[in-house]
Amino acid sequence: MDKLRLRFSKTGRAIYISHLDLMHTMQRGFSRAGYELKYSEGFNPHPQISIALPLSVGAASVCEIMDFKLKEDPVLAELPAKLTSVLPEGIEVLEVYEPERKVALLKWLGIEGVLEYDERDPAEMAAALRDFYAQEAIVITKRTKRGVGETDIRPGIREISFEAADKAVLVKAVISAQEPTINPELLAEALRQIQPGIAPDFAKFNRVETYDADMQVYR
Amino acid sequence: MDKRLERILPRVQKPARYTGGEYKQIMKDKEQVDIRLAFCFPDTYEIGMSNLGMSILYHTMNSLDFVWCERCFAPWGDMYEEMKKAGIPLYALESGDPLSAFDSLAFSVGYEMAYTTVLDMIDMAGLPLRSADRKDLLPIVWAGGTSAVNAEPMAPFIDLFVVGEGEEMNNELLTLLRQAKLEHWSKHDFLVQAAQIGGVYVPSLYEVSYHEDGSIAAVKPTEGAPERVVKRIISDLDSVPFPTDPIVPSTEVVHDRVNLELFRGCVRGCRFCQAGYVYRPIRAKKPETLVRQGIETLKNTGHEDVTLLSLSTSDYRPLNELCDGLLDYCEARSIGLSLPSLRADNFSMEIMEKLQKVRKSGLTFAVEGGSQRLRDAINKNVTEEDLLHTCSIAFSGGWNSVKLYYMLGLPTETDEDILGIAEMANKVLHCWRENAKNKNRGVKNTISTSLFIPKPHSPFQWEAMIPIPEYLRRVNLLRGAITARNVTYNWHDAATSLIEAVLSKGDRRVADVIEEVWRQGGRLDAWTDYFDLDRWMKAFETCGVDPAFYAHREIPVDAVLPWDHIDVGVRKSHLQHEREMAYESRLSPDCRHQCAACGAAKLLKGGIRCDG
Repeated sequence: MDKLRLRFSKTGRAIYISHLDLMHTMQRGFSRAGYELKYSEGFNPHPQISIALPLSVGAASVCEIMDFKLKEDPVLAELPAKLTSVLPEGIEVLEVYEPERKVALLKWLGIEGVLEYDERDPAEMAAALRDFYAQEAIVITKRTKRGVGETDIRPGIREISFEAADKAVLVKAVISAQEPTINPELLAEALRQIQPGIAPDFAKFNRVETYDADMQVYR
Repeated sequence: MDKRLERILPRVQKPARYTGGEYKQIMKDKEQVDIRLAFCFPDTYEIGMSNLGMSILYHTMNSLDFVWCERCFAPWGDMYEEMKKAGIPLYALESGDPLSAFDSLAFSVGYEMAYTTVLDMIDMAGLPLRSADRKDLLPIVWAGGTSAVNAEPMAPFIDLFVVGEGEEMNNELLTLLRQAKLEHWSKHDFLVQAAQIGGVYVPSLYEVSYHEDGSIAAVKPTEGAPERVVKRIISDLDSVPFPTDPIVPSTEVVHDRVNLELFRGCVRGCRFCQAGYVYRPIRAKKPETLVRQGIETLKNTGHEDVTLLSLSTSDYRPLNELCDGLLDYCEARSIGLSLPSLRADNFSMEIMEKLQKVRKSGLTFAVEGGSQRLRDAINKNVTEEDLLHTCSIAFSGGWNSVKLYYMLGLPTETDEDILGIAEMANKVLHCWRENAKNKNRGVKNTISTSLFIPKPHSPFQWEAMIPIPEYLRRVNLLRGAITARNVTYNWHDAATSLIEAVLSKGDRRVADVIEEVWRQGGRLDAWTDYFDLDRWMKAFETCGVDPAFYAHREIPVDAVLPWDHIDVGVRKSHLQHEREMAYESRLSPDCRHQCAACGAAKLLKGGIRCDG
């Protein structure tokens, strides 16, 4: 076994652990569970561990992917339970396996969100949201490494649907995971920028599934 | 999770410090415990979670099955604002329940600058600030930590203080509180009973009277409270519980590593040092205990670093044996071992080589005084020769960064002593030129000075702190004398020192000032981001309290001190003798060479002897 892949969920209180802190938490978790991570060669060795798509602070996920290498081959069947038992509340290892496909092939993410409306009518909001996301282009200003720029997020949204609920609208969508990366938070941000009248009072998102370019479940 | 909190968290910096849920937090069923305790640290999560005392007591208090002890820290400014705006009260991390649901709040107060934060946390819990305004038995608000050796400035706010080491005392107190709760005692009855527990100080049971000049006339115990509250200690550190499965924070904290405590107390007796006196007598852990606990903790936490804590690491007798034991485990796993608090006089090549195997960091020495005469006066038994010898070992061993710490304003200090600091810096540079293996890498010599603050229970407790303008004059004198390019000089801001001096030597009348500062928005005063000298100076004026009376007045030796009724073990006559020796620039031998019979050994029980 060379490279191994872990699928894990990050929910509850753990959603506030940042990406960097999570990497550190995972490293310590391996050590606590008695697994030794392989280190890179070179002047400044670092443990061979990488999380496919960094998750924003405050976002939940039940489909996180992490690749890693261990010094010795583990018993795969027992690893998830062993590792979960030494991780903080809210992080659960779902499965571990030898990956067959490169992370670059992960193209789409299934997400769910709750758009909370404290005072406004959810049914009305849901209808307006459908109209808004039916547009052909949704151009927002976004801060990137290169400064503030304009981006059309619409091509990065493959499917999107809305359903009114109690004081909220539930959103389900399939958005682009890589090239371009669409942060689900942008679905609410676009409303704030373009149509503040239907922007929610609060929005939270959950990653639910990973897909490849052909919308086959990615593992 | 509280819906209001859920909306706030994505907006604040480092939200993981406000959520709990870390690995090894202790969860209990709140219906199954009699006492819910909020263990409050009046500073940020990152500071509090780095505190070994907090970690130890969290476990010892939770070892009582009728207690659920949870943690609570002070929110940083952004979170504080958001919580106020949303009307969210202070809550404990484990359960997320507001502090109003708790039977007791226990504060760990290690430094005086945290006082305003203590008040703020009491307020954020929804409680009246003053003990007298909290009429019911529950919640009892108590505090411990080093600042309890002079609790007077906080006396009106805190129901009771625990003085000394808390492993046993806290649990005795909680057992009594449980009885009081189940039997519906009044708060007064509980406090009277609590005062009978060794180490417990109930300020409301002591009447303080004053002379016309403002000094204290007498402190009179009432209701059978002891004349003097004697500090509690743990006699046998090897048998006291130590948590080898501490909470592992899910976000970065200041000391993100395994902490091992080698010993409590110090053999040195530096006359300016409060810690050197109030933690006596000296008690060491056995190296085998430490190796076992260290390895166990490393395994349980997954930490990559371990550090050895004490007031003076190189005074731990079996240091070599301990390092060997730990390095056997650490080296194979790339775990770093660090030894802070080394002394310049007995720093050994052998130890240094051991550490070098894993990681090489800068060297820091506390020299304290710029001349031999002054160092003798403060009993800092370090000679120039020791320091230069150590530096030569270090430089030839490949180190190229040395930090030297000094204090300005020590009793008897002259301008000549101050200029000695600059001379010493030059000698260190010269030593580097003579010994460094690779001169291309250059050398970094950093000098730091702080303003000496006289502290209760130290030989200099009667001394006055020098006025701020005089401190600045001395800083400038030294600045002018430092000419070498590769010497960096940092000096500590004197404003906080002035307030710290007032708070450490203050009496009960200072309480009004602390409350006024808090009312004007003061909190997290230990942070320069938040400290505001103007706010303090205005509060002194509003309350009619003169800071100079506490900071800059020399106290007559026959005066009643605000902290005289707290007995830390060391006799007052010993402190007085040490002070006289200081004025003669005479050294006292350290405890290992000759016991000075300071009095602290009387605290030991079970035939255990002082390790001095």
